[in-house]
Amino acid sequence: MVEKKIVIGLSHGLHARPAASFVKMATSFTSEIKLVKNDKNVNGKSIMGVMASAIAKGDEITLIADGSDEVEALAALEKMLLEDE
Amino acid sequence: MSRKITGVKASAGIVIGKALLLDNSDLHIQSVLVEDTGAETSRFREALEKAKEDLLDISERVEQELGTEHADIFRAHLMVLEDPELVDTVQAKIEQEKVNAEHAMHEVAQSFISLFEQMDNEYMRERAADIRDVTKRVLSHLMGVELSVPSQLQDEVIIVAKDLTPSDTAQLDRRFVKGFVTDIGGRTSHSAIMARSMGIPAVVGTRDMTREAQAGVTLIVDGHEGIVIIDPSEKEIAAYQEQQILYDKQKEEWAQLVGTKTMSRDGHHVELAANIGSPLDLDDVLANGAEGVGLFRTEFLYMGRDELPTEEEQFQAYKQVLEQMDGKPVVIRTLDIGGDKHLPYLDLPEEMNPFLGFRAIRLCLDNQDLFRTQLRALLRASVHGNLKIMFPMIATLEEFRQAKAVLEEEKQSMQDEGFVFTQPFEVGIMVEIPAAAMMADMFANEVDFFSIGTNDLIQYTLAADRMNERVAYLYQPYHPAVLRLIRQVIEAAHAKGKWVGMCGEMAGDLVAIPILLGMGLDEFSMSASSILPARQLISRMSRDEKAKDTEQILSMSTSQQVEDFVKTQLAKTDN
Repeated sequence: MVEKKIVIGLSHGLHARPAASFVKMATSFTSEIKLVKNDKNVNGKSIMGVMASAIAKGDEITLIADGSDEVEALAALEKMLLEDE
Repeated sequence: MSRKITGVKASAGIVIGKALLLDNSDLHIQSVLVEDTGAETSRFREALEKAKEDLLDISERVEQELGTEHADIFRAHLMVLEDPELVDTVQAKIEQEKVNAEHAMHEVAQSFISLFEQMDNEYMRERAADIRDVTKRVLSHLMGVELSVPSQLQDEVIIVAKDLTPSDTAQLDRRFVKGFVTDIGGRTSHSAIMARSMGIPAVVGTRDMTREAQAGVTLIVDGHEGIVIIDPSEKEIAAYQEQQILYDKQKEEWAQLVGTKTMSRDGHHVELAANIGSPLDLDDVLANGAEGVGLFRTEFLYMGRDELPTEEEQFQAYKQVLEQMDGKPVVIRTLDIGGDKHLPYLDLPEEMNPFLGFRAIRLCLDNQDLFRTQLRALLRASVHGNLKIMFPMIATLEEFRQAKAVLEEEKQSMQDEGFVFTQPFEVGIMVEIPAAAMMADMFANEVDFFSIGTNDLIQYTLAADRMNERVAYLYQPYHPAVLRLIRQVIEAAHAKGKWVGMCGEMAGDLVAIPILLGMGLDEFSMSASSILPARQLISRMSRDEKAKDTEQILSMSTSQQVEDFVKTQLAKTDN
């Protein structure tokens, strides 16, 4: 399992379209993906979970990946959260 | 007997036709214990697959008919059906609680729906409707019930429903649907947006239309007035048919004017711009051929949330509007909040007299962090188009000077940080306080432009709250006192080579336009739907002739006299 603390850089946070892109990318890995915000755990492959967590720009979250491709997953998803496409 | 129902005007036009009642009420879900949970799980899986196939079909069709943006709604629905938190939880429920798939699906979906419904952001609350829509699709496959949207229609109909979901409207056969009437919803609900993009009349938010109308009854839908007549008399039908023909003819004439400049008959150009409340309004603005945005109210960025918007969020919104307007002028008004418009996260005390209280520029000059954040976002956006910054509720020159100084400070500090301003931008004020109108000649030395905010100017001049029904009669746009103030502002500005716009309701009022044109108003900013009628009216009038009437109008003693005079003149123009 790998994890990393990240400050969200996306200008609209994980809202609508960015949430969909995040979930699509998370789903493309076999590892389990989790987002932790204020001790609340969200499944990174769940569109409803990710949207409902209302993660905004500037929020500090922990990104966790657990599985055979965890290192690649963590790197790719972190990049996505740091800045707009 | 004919009955009249009123609602919210969601899409203009008139249509007469038969009602088709869409019964999209909730499915009745029963909870049943099952023995073979394996079979139940596969039943759930199959329904899920069928629902996904539906959505793929719909999204492809919608993509072709309406474009990517509309199709994205259904791609989002697909993602919901692939959400492991939904699918796995339903399966676990079937296995552990030995319940039927319908019940499990309904319960799990309901927990997500209420989660989204409770969020304090409107966008998120609307997502609850998406989850409900997609859930219903799965349930209908599980229960073997056809969703009641008839995709095959034979006759032209007016759809009457409690509400219309994206799935409903996507499945309707557009060739036969001539109008919508719904019980719930407002101008920005899905059914309203859809009706406008299909170009058919719609009235929404009628509350009890589905109870009042029987299937097959004749309806008249008047999307201009937000009225529906159920079972109209022959006389009513005849009257509306006549209106319909006139409107269709009008619409054709207006359509010719979309890409043209606004010119008076004697060759003077004035600018017709639109008032907007959010970047979402831009489609309407462009479709109606606006020559600019004369008022962008920035309050929406601050409302419906629990903290101040960041500089970045604001910058994105301003940039989007400037870019979409593609070099056309965009007047952005700084925050006009306080008084009666509260923000939960700004702890403002209740006031006895909110319209005369701590609001708009008064609040911004006091809460400078908030003001500076907005100014920086505006300054950053300035390089993306033709920006004009406007301060609201200016009463005195000192206020304008202070606001301008804060703006200059932010500009300087951004330049020190290396920001390069590539586009000049104007800085002006909204004239809505009689004191500012009286002192327009002094302001004209320092501002780049004026925009007259008539809604407040009228109520401050006549000291009448227009929301108070008992004094609403005093809200008189054509009162000579108001007209004299307006003329004074225009003359003072022109004497110093500055331009004057107007961004209140009055700017789009067909009786006021001839007066304002004659006075030499340079820019008229109104709701998008008023632009083409106004352009047509102006094209039929000579500005120089109207200017000759100005003195006479200003020497009249009552609002009624002015109105009668202009209407008589207008009747001559029509012939």
